[in-house]
Amino acid sequence: MAFKIIASQCTQCGACEFECPSGAIELKRDNYVIDPDKCTECEGAFETQQCAAVCPVPKTCVPA
Amino acid sequence: MTASMISLDSLASAKTSHRRLTIAKSSNCKSSSCGSTAKPNDIDAAVWEKIKDHPCYSEEAHHYFARMHVAVAPACNIQCNYCNRKYDCANESRPGVVSEKLTPDQALRKVIAVANEVPQLSVLGIAGPGDACYDWQRTKATFEKVIAEIPDIKLCISTNGLALPDHVDELASMNVDHVTITINMVDPQIGAKIYPWIFYNHRRYTGIEAAEILHERQMLGLEMLAARGILTKINSVMIPGVNDEHLIEVNRWVKERGAFLHNVMPLISEPAHGTYYGLTGQRAPRPIELKALQDRLENGAKLMRHCRQCRADAVGLLGEDRGKEFMLDQIPGELSYDDRNRAAYREVVAQERSIHAAAKSEAIEMVKAAGPDGSLQIAVATKGGGRINEHFGHAKEFQIYEASPRGIAFVGHRKIEQYCRGGWGDDATLDAVIVALEGIDIVLCAKIGDCPKKRLADAGIRAMHAYSYDYIETAISAVYAAEFGVGPLTATA
Ligand code: SF4
Ligand code: SF4
Ligand code: SF4
Ligand code: SF4
Repeated sequence: MAFKIIASQCTQCGACEFECPSGAIELKRDNYVIDPDKCTECEGAFETQQCAAVCPVPKTCVPA
Repeated sequence: MTASMISLDSLASAKTSHRRLTIAKSSNCKSSSCGSTAKPNDIDAAVWEKIKDHPCYSEEAHHYFARMHVAVAPACNIQCNYCNRKYDCANESRPGVVSEKLTPDQALRKVIAVANEVPQLSVLGIAGPGDACYDWQRTKATFEKVIAEIPDIKLCISTNGLALPDHVDELASMNVDHVTITINMVDPQIGAKIYPWIFYNHRRYTGIEAAEILHERQMLGLEMLAARGILTKINSVMIPGVNDEHLIEVNRWVKERGAFLHNVMPLISEPAHGTYYGLTGQRAPRPIELKALQDRLENGAKLMRHCRQCRADAVGLLGEDRGKEFMLDQIPGELSYDDRNRAAYREVVAQERSIHAAAKSEAIEMVKAAGPDGSLQIAVATKGGGRINEHFGHAKEFQIYEASPRGIAFVGHRKIEQYCRGGWGDDATLDAVIVALEGIDIVLCAKIGDCPKKRLADAGIRAMHAYSYDYIETAISAVYAAEFGVGPLTATA
């Protein structure tokens, strides 16, 4: 149960980083990545996955 | 004339502040109290204090002062149909486009490097590439770091308004006294055609509902800023067939809520930019359509006509971009701020400005007195300082003035592709320049070759370099007088 970021699509805007309630998103070298161990798919925190809801590029934050 | 002219020209190029000051002191300004007379009559003194060195808020100041943007805020909470944050093309100049994103520490280094090298610098803005209020932590950290080093720099931000109400108090406490809000609609039906979605309160909204929320937040933010005496500029993107007529309504709303300036900008939409509008073939307005709309707004909120739709990492005087000189890898790691260049420049400008202001009001009176009717559209090639000091072939834009029985008014600028490159003029480019000059009667420039001059004449545009290095208004009044039959004014500049 985790989300992932399609690196080739990501604009590195960083919005998902500060919206993620689980602190699962980090900039590693030049890419934002989701730590699957920390990602909760926003269960219990919000009704939609925050990373996918805020991301400006369609189909960039998707179920892993 | 020559003394002050040389001083301003040398400011832009000379490296040593001492030389600048020596030149300044030898200029022919004898009054010790000069420097304050440039204030226009229709602006109150406290507001003038805030805007007099801000190139965007004061048309007069934009001849002398420069701004820089630092691209520290890449995250955004809405999507506009004219924006595409996926691509970043280095050859483009439009808002939202940057060559490198900065951390607050990198931004500080860049601001210091620019302040040391560009004495005209007076304003630091954060205009994206995302939204400065949404990406608040980075915006705030950047401002705090810069103010600690350069306390007299003016701070301003640009925002879509959605997150603005959450940060108005912090903006006020950091003395941010200029905020730009992009407001393209007050009718959510129209908003739904411009904004596909917003992200608010942890969820994505679409359609009318999204536009309604955005509209309410924008109005609230504007009212909150006005209540705290923070000057606001409203940017509106003119989208033909979508909101062009509606912007008259927008202008009325924002004026009622205390907006200081309204800046109507043309949509930029090329297929290559990959924006929704670019891909769907939504066209941009032509320069004369933009001007016609601006003219209809003339009695509403005060209009800004000199906006250049800068990149979110632009550096320098409006209309020039020196951003490429200040890329991170060109900036030394260790840097300390040296205030001498900026201080010396300000001193010279204070003197030069009052001389210019006097010449300008004389010229305007002269035009008003000249005749009952007759109006001229004049394009000017300038590098700054309020003078005609750019060659026709080197100009990257023209500043457009209108002379009429009401006086001389700056009405806008038109970007062009530089016609002369490496000594050779290119015919196709000249054709494009002529198209861009649609509706212009006269071009004033420092110099122009016989060939382009003739081509312009064939298109009904008279180009003149007889007034090179004169003040813009002085030259315009002389041309106007010659045209409408009164004795020419002696050059005062
Ligand atoms: S789904 Fe939620 S928890 Fe997982 S990375 Fe995205 S925002 Fe974070
Ligand atoms: S929100 Fe989307 S584009 Fe922005 S950093 Fe996250 S994944 Fe990349
Ligand atoms: S608010 Fe600015 S950064 Fe955000 S989508 Fe619109 S134009 Fe782009
Ligand atoms: S985009 Fe317009 S308002 Fe912003 S810095 Fe450029 S000229 Fe000034």
